[in-house]
Amino acid sequence: MKPAHEVTDAKSWRGARSPLDVARIREDFPILKRQVHGKPLVYLDNAATGQKPQVVIDAVNRYYATENSNIHRGIHFLSEIATADYEESRAKVKRFLNASDTGEIIFVRGTTEGINLVAQSYGRRFVKQGDEILISAMEHHSNIVPWQILCEQVGARLRVVPMNHDGELLIEEYERLLNDRTKLVSVAHVSNALGTVNPVKQLVEMAHRRKIPVLLDGAQAAPHMKVDVQELGCDFYAFSGHKLFGPTGIGILYGKSKHLEAMPPYQGGGDMISLVTFEKTHYNILPYKFEAGTPHIAGGVGLGAAVDYLSGIGLEAVTAYEKELLAYATEALCTVQGLRIIGTAKEKAAVLSFVLDGVHPHDIGTVLDQEGVAIRAGHHCAMPVMQRFGVPATARASFAFYNTKEEVDVLVRAVHKVLKVFR
Amino acid sequence: MSELSDLYQEVILDHNKSPRNFHKLEGATRTAEGYNPLCGDKVTVYIKLEGGVIKEISFEGSGCAISKASASMMTDSLKGKTLAEAEGLFEAVHKMLKGEMDSDADLLGIGKLAVLSGVCNFPARVKCASLSWHTFRAALQGGGGMTSTE
Repeated sequence: MKPAHEVTDAKSWRGARSPLDVARIREDFPILKRQVHGKPLVYLDNAATGQKPQVVIDAVNRYYATENSNIHRGIHFLSEIATADYEESRAKVKRFLNASDTGEIIFVRGTTEGINLVAQSYGRRFVKQGDEILISAMEHHSNIVPWQILCEQVGARLRVVPMNHDGELLIEEYERLLNDRTKLVSVAHVSNALGTVNPVKQLVEMAHRRKIPVLLDGAQAAPHMKVDVQELGCDFYAFSGHKLFGPTGIGILYGKSKHLEAMPPYQGGGDMISLVTFEKTHYNILPYKFEAGTPHIAGGVGLGAAVDYLSGIGLEAVTAYEKELLAYATEALCTVQGLRIIGTAKEKAAVLSFVLDGVHPHDIGTVLDQEGVAIRAGHHCAMPVMQRFGVPATARASFAFYNTKEEVDVLVRAVHKVLKVFR
Repeated sequence: MSELSDLYQEVILDHNKSPRNFHKLEGATRTAEGYNPLCGDKVTVYIKLEGGVIKEISFEGSGCAISKASASMMTDSLKGKTLAEAEGLFEAVHKMLKGEMDSDADLLGIGKLAVLSGVCNFPARVKCASLSWHTFRAALQGGGGMTSTE
């Protein structure tokens, strides 16, 4: 039994972190101080990419200024510290995802490459003619196209779990689509276009009852909620560093060791081998088997700093705060005449896709930009989602923990300005 | 600073609300589809050519105010033009949208289309305005395939 004072300390420590001190947090992000078209920047395009805190910028700078060298090969001082830093980042990500081993954490360029890796390595080895891959109707193109390529290569079939008009997956349809030919399920943890948080733990359990492995596209989830891969039980989990307030060009594929061991390499080259002769090559151990060539070392170091930063703020506090922002923004936008929100799932992350009667999202985007408000307008790389809701595109405001209710007010005022221009 | 009112001029908003020649053209001799993958704008241009003259021209599709107004004004200004005149207009519009017009005299030469000159101050929107023109050109060149702004 723990001494009472420790329990008290832990409680007060959690209490001090929540609610978030957003004003202080904003000081950590130099870009949030800038102006756009003479107005303060209101950055609401976080689903596209997150802004970078100074500690991440400093980590990348420090790496290039004081440690730059190649890793896993030099016997000189710089190579040793660079290798140690890069591998320390891997260990940080392992803890961040609660993976059971650092060998399960593969550095990739981003979510897209993570999914392509699984499609081409796991898929080409284990998916055969007549087999099926199951995805959902709300996937980003990066969780559709790699599977289409695989299906074409091996003669498999891509099947799609439909959703209802709120943007929620139809679980009974999912159950119906799982069958003996299904060799892999790949679904978004959080939808980038709709904000829907899928019941991924349940989806994994249902697939596992039939011994079907599951890949989760965590690009929109990992920056906003606690992800515990062992608790979720998923076989693969991919996310991008740049959406998690780290550098671009770096991301993570988590895979269970038993799968990664059985999979052939994705790319051949240096670092992924242990012995090469012209007759035969022996592959390196995990995770290096999947990391051919010199990686994005600075990116890996920066991602480690981003993971530390986000963990320091606390993902529980982030999730709670963003939920509050979402509720506030949803209510405020709903007062705008002719505005319709696309994506009204019960479980939602802080993503607000909307359309305005008689105004194309692209025009909304331009007017908002003139007010300093950065949103995304378009199909969000999810064209089938747009087709499902019968719209060519949407305007999308997506939030992060550094956004404020005052910024939501600026957004709503800017949307009223759109109406003034177009009506 | 670029002014919104330079981009969204009354004439443009009017063409957006009530686009001219906005229908399928029965008996078209040339047609092409254009697509802007960035924002999802789609346009189909129909042309009826007779003896090297654009007898009739129309369009269909969905898109933002700029792309719709540009397509609408394009059909208005191309009707009755010879192919050579149309090519000249294409070049002039292209130059205007890229902000490469040398003088106001150049702008005068393209008539009503000059209201689109504000677009060059909004780089992200240039493709919206040029989509219909590229699609028009693709229709003339035949092939009937899909034109993309990318």
